[in-house]
Parts: sequence; C-alpha cells; structure tokens
Amino acid sequence: MSEEQDDIILSELSDDELVPQIHDDLYDGMKEEIEESVHILLDRGWMPYDILTKALVEGMRIVGIDFRDGILFVPEVLLAANAMKGGMTILKPLLAETGAPRLGNMVIGTVKGDIHDIGKNLVTMMMEGAGFEVKDLGINNPVENYLDELEAGEYDILGMSALLTTTMPYMKVVIDTMVEKGMRDDYVVLVGGAPLNEEFGKAIGADAYCRDAAVAVETAKEFMATKHNQLSA
Amino acid sequence: MSNKIKKIIDRQGFVLADGATGTNLFNMGLMAGDAPEMWNVEHPDRITKLYQGAIDAGSDLFLTNSFGGNASRLKLHNAQSRARELSRISAEIGREVADKCNRDIVVAGSIGPTGEIMGEVGTLTHEVAVEIFEEQAHGLLEGGADVLWIETFSAPEEYAAASEAMENVGADWCGTMSFDTAGRTMMGMTSADMAKMVTGMDYAPFAFGANCGVGASDLLRTVLGFSEAGADRPIIAKGNAGIPKYVDGHIHYDGTPHVMAEYALLARNAGATIIGGCCGTMPEHLAAMREALVSTPKGEKPSLDMITATMGAFSSDNDGTGDTPVKQPRRNRRRAH
Repeated sequence: MSEEQDDIILSELSDDELVPQIHDDLYDGMKEEIEESVHILLDRGWMPYDILTKALVEGMRIVGIDFRDGILFVPEVLLAANAMKGGMTILKPLLAETGAPRLGNMVIGTVKGDIHDIGKNLVTMMMEGAGFEVKDLGINNPVENYLDELEAGEYDILGMSALLTTTMPYMKVVIDTMVEKGMRDDYVVLVGGAPLNEEFGKAIGADAYCRDAAVAVETAKEFMATKHNQLSA
Repeated sequence: MSNKIKKIIDRQGFVLADGATGTNLFNMGLMAGDAPEMWNVEHPDRITKLYQGAIDAGSDLFLTNSFGGNASRLKLHNAQSRARELSRISAEIGREVADKCNRDIVVAGSIGPTGEIMGEVGTLTHEVAVEIFEEQAHGLLEGGADVLWIETFSAPEEYAAASEAMENVGADWCGTMSFDTAGRTMMGMTSADMAKMVTGMDYAPFAFGANCGVGASDLLRTVLGFSEAGADRPIIAKGNAGIPKYVDGHIHYDGTPHVMAEYALLARNAGATIIGGCCGTMPEHLAAMREALVSTPKGEKPSLDMITATMGAFSSDNDGTGDTPVKQPRRNRRRAH
C-alpha cells in the first residue's frame, strides 16, 4: 500500500476517473469507499441503474474473471462481494422507485441428500454481487421445495448444487419433474458442484454446467441477455 | 510423533492409511443426506466392518467415522449436542477393532472442517472454532484414538484454530488440506504456503499433507510442492480413486486398483510417507497399493511430466508455486491481498 494511493479523494475524481476507481475498490473489497462513491455518483445525477451496471456490476465482472483464472481466491471474492453489497443496499430502493429493469431472479439450493453448502453460498454471493435477486433455499431440498418456490415467485433461473457423487443424480429428478409439469422451458436451469462436469449437465438436461461461481454469473447473464432479446424481438 | 507411527515407518518405510469412508458407507446402505456419524450408535457393526475392511486390505492406519462429527456440522442434523459422544464412540469402535489385530494399527481420530467461513467477512470466530474442535478432540481421545487427524481443510485460519485446540487437549496430531482450486485450496493456499505454515506453528502437526481434491495427478503435484518447499516432517498423500463419472444413472470412480497402485508408488517417490486414498478408494484399491509399495523399491522423484504421463492431465496449468509466472493482479490497488 503506497502513500500516494491512500491519498485518493473520491469526490475530486471526474466521472471518467471515478468509475474505474470503483472497479479497483471493488477488487480490493473496500466497502466504505464503494458506498461513498455510490453516493457521489447519485449526487451527480447518475441513474441508479447506470451506477449498478457501469460501476458495480462491471467491477464485479472483473473480479469474476480473475477468480475464474485462479488469480483471486474465495477470501478476496467474499470481500469484493461484501463491498458490492454495501453499494447495493443504497441502490436497491432507488432501483425499485425508478423502475429499472431487473437483471434476473434466481432460486438456488443444494439438492436432497446434500448438506454441503459452501459452493452454493459462494454462487449466491457472486450472483447477488452481480445484481441478481437470489432466493436461497438452503440445503437438502426435495423436488417440491424448488417447484413450489418457482411457482410462488417471478423467477428466471433455477440453480442446483451438489458436492456428493451420490446426490448429484437427484438433479435429474428435479429436471424430469419440471418437464412432466410442463414448466421446464420457463426457466434456465444451471447446475454446479465439485464432482459435476459439462457432460453430466447435458446428460441430465440442464441448460448449463457452471464450473465455479464466476462462470455461474457469466452464464446467467448470457441466458438473460438472450431472453431479453427474444422478448423485444 | 506417535511411537506407533514411528515404528511402522522405521520397519517398512511408509504407512498405508485407509481409503474412502463415505463411498464405503454408501455401499453399505447409508442414505445421502444422513449423517454418517449417527451410524456409530445405530449400526456399530457396519462401522466395525468399515474399519476391518481397511485393516484386512493391509492398512496400517485408519480414520474414525467422525469427519462431520463436530457441533457445527451436526447442527444440520439437529445433533449438535452429541459431538463429543458420537466422536468418542467412533474411536471406541476403532480401538476395539485395532486391538484385535495382531500387528500395529493406528486409530486416527478424524476431524473435518466446520463448513463455516472464517476471517474478515466470515461467520465463525477463532474462539468458537477452537471450542468446536476441542470438544470433538476430547471425545476422540476418550474413545482411544492414538492420534488426531484434521482433514479436508481449505482455510489457514481454520487449520490454526484446530492446532490451538490440539494443543489445549495435548493431542498428537496431523492434518491435511484439500487442494481443489487451480492447484490451491479453495481459500487460495498453495502447497508451499502450507509447508511454511506448518513449520512455523507453535503446536505443529507431526505430519501434514493433502487429501481429496481433484484427481490423483493434481494431488501428486501438491505432494511434490511440499517436498520442494523443504518439508521437515512426514508428508501425507490421500488422493481420490480417479475422477467421478456419471454412467447410466449412477456414479463411478474411474480409478482402478491398478491406477491407485501406480499413484501410491508415485506418491512415495514424490516424498510422501503416509499414503492412502480418499473418495472412491475401496479395500481392493488398498490391497493393490500395499502390494505395490511392498514389492517396489522407492524410486526417483517424478517430474511433472512423468505424473501426467501415468495419471493424466492436471486440472490447471500451474499451482501457484515455483517459477511459473502467475498472472499479475490489476493496477491501482489500494491494498495488497
């Protein structure tokens, strides 16, 4: 940490300087600085949605890339997500007021029989960090839990996680039930967990297998972009 | 170090540890989602069978059925008040099985991670973590465990908390971490970092190493990393029996007994002294490993290329150690991680 860098006065930066500074501060997990910068941009008349997408989500995208590439690891990502959350807390009520488009809503949980939740918790934090709304069903979910929640709210994505080779086949039970009920095509189904791979994701009929939390965020964004394009076409 | 372990190493040059606990118990009918530790009281006969299977296959040491037997994990089954009791019984069964055997068998009391995140944005404090590990350690020692064995850890903070708990109960202990993320632990620790951490500990383990993780190749690379970092105590290698594959609706580990025998030899050549398996490793694998270790003299330290040629590719280009250039973090950072 150098003296020079400690002396950055956020309010004196121009918009063009402040946005990259926000990206850097997110990268370093500096919550107070993020909150200060969000207030500065609001005071300068920025739309909440622009602050969310151009400053915060973009900053977390960079964090996600370096996490995926093995440059950052979980502790740094948790700090970054925590800083992002600080900014989101300020923006959330304003986003609702201004009718900003939502990035996407997700239901997530580990499948029946599986009590390992660290991976799922990381995905939740990263997805929220990227601006998604996430309903976390916790561990050990039978198929009804997922389906009831999907039907009860306005969701776009279902995420399922399993750490055990003995529990991962249950993901297929959930997807098959969705097909039976004619609701499979209404949702993007993402699966993840240490023993899974792409081949498994395809074999059980998921839309994608996500290797880690960063990939989950990128994949969710791609599917949401496709969905928005289809709606506006 | 435990005299028993020292004696075994002096006699044969290695210690054959056990294989999978979960895979074996699932084969005996454990339902996914149930706590394996409950079987210590519900089906002690099956736990006896689990331990006996490893001994009959030639293991010198086995881990007790107490991996998730800490209050934090048992809470998920509303059994948080039974951590000490269930751990104690897992060791009592182990003691009984070991004492019936006509050769020296080490009962290692297994302690898994809490599953909680520690550190700046975590939910678990150091003090609480020490308390959780200490409670379980008491139970395991009361039940007659020879040594305590921390396994599958990913956070240095949690390893340190466990070390403090071991000191508080005066246990002889060892501990492995799981290197499953680009050759590091989930929390970013490299093999070299771990070797350094262990050496610098006030109440250091008598042995340290790696378990579980991705595949045998990655685990062997990690063991090499420990050796190259100048490990000053025995290294433990406990890798999975290959990589899980989904075949016709069930899961199958692709590591055959032959593959695991090759892995055992490479692990010893790479510098490991205490060698076993993790997920997917069954008694037939252990028997093949013992046979190979006994009938083959220790060889040269393998190169990374030799490892991939025998065991398959690594999951990542590098593991954050040595001279491999690691990609540089971004500019203008205000704090160094």
